[in-house]
Amino acid sequence: MPVVPTVNYLILAAALFCVGMLGVLIRRNALVVFMCIELMLNAANLTFLAFARERGDVTGHISPFFIIAVAAAEAAVGLAIVISVFRNRGTVNIEEIQSMKH
Amino acid sequence: MNAELVLFWLFAVGTIGSAVGVIFVRNPVASAMSLVASFFFLAGIYVLLWAHTIAVLQVLVYAGAIMVLFLFVIMLLSLTDTGPIAHVSPSRIAGALATAGLLVALVMAFRKLPSSDTVSWASDAGQLATFGTIKQLGAVLYTQWLFPFEAVSLLLLVAIVGAVVVAKARV
Repeated sequence: MPVVPTVNYLILAAALFCVGMLGVLIRRNALVVFMCIELMLNAANLTFLAFARERGDVTGHISPFFIIAVAAAEAAVGLAIVISVFRNRGTVNIEEIQSMKH
Repeated sequence: MNAELVLFWLFAVGTIGSAVGVIFVRNPVASAMSLVASFFFLAGIYVLLWAHTIAVLQVLVYAGAIMVLFLFVIMLLSLTDTGPIAHVSPSRIAGALATAGLLVALVMAFRKLPSSDTVSWASDAGQLATFGTIKQLGAVLYTQWLFPFEAVSLLLLVAIVGAVVVAKARV
């Protein structure tokens, strides 16, 4: 039974992680930075699922399940922080939010 | 070239293309819609990996619930984004170079993995028929992983309360 080799999925996950990492490092909008963090979490999910199929072990499906639940919690709290910062500062530009820098 | 390979490349190019769109589109709403497209393509990839349950969860929770939350916040703040999406600065150039270096290192490392053209356990038809079904996933989740499952429900409760407390003007 010929299937797409696992290494293809791993390289796709690496590319997705690097796109997310690039977004976190270069974008100025805090909301877009959050979206890029979601991309990086999905790259981790894809790696887990690729190895789950490789090994025939369904435990690899449990980790993405928990990652999706934690991502939902993270998005709720993170967006609440963004709203709170916007209310106090009037901006979500991470270059202008630097009172904890020094 | 079989159908699975064609679908893999279709979904892979779609996933990476819309992920790049998230970064390089100025309008945050367009970014969010691009991210939704990326999640849908990724759900297709999950189906190719025989993870149908996770693919459905991906569409329901990620593309559905989480992205609606993002769009809600973007529209609530009604951001007017002017100027370039990123200023060129030494730290940003260093970040881009580090990302490119990480990608090259990861791809080189993965290419060194011993190649496996077939997934050997899949010749067992009985195991293949039950792999990744919601029945099998539930059996593992509610026996072996019951405590983490309950801990995650507690985490979600804390996140709900935390989000309300942080976003409220006066507690």
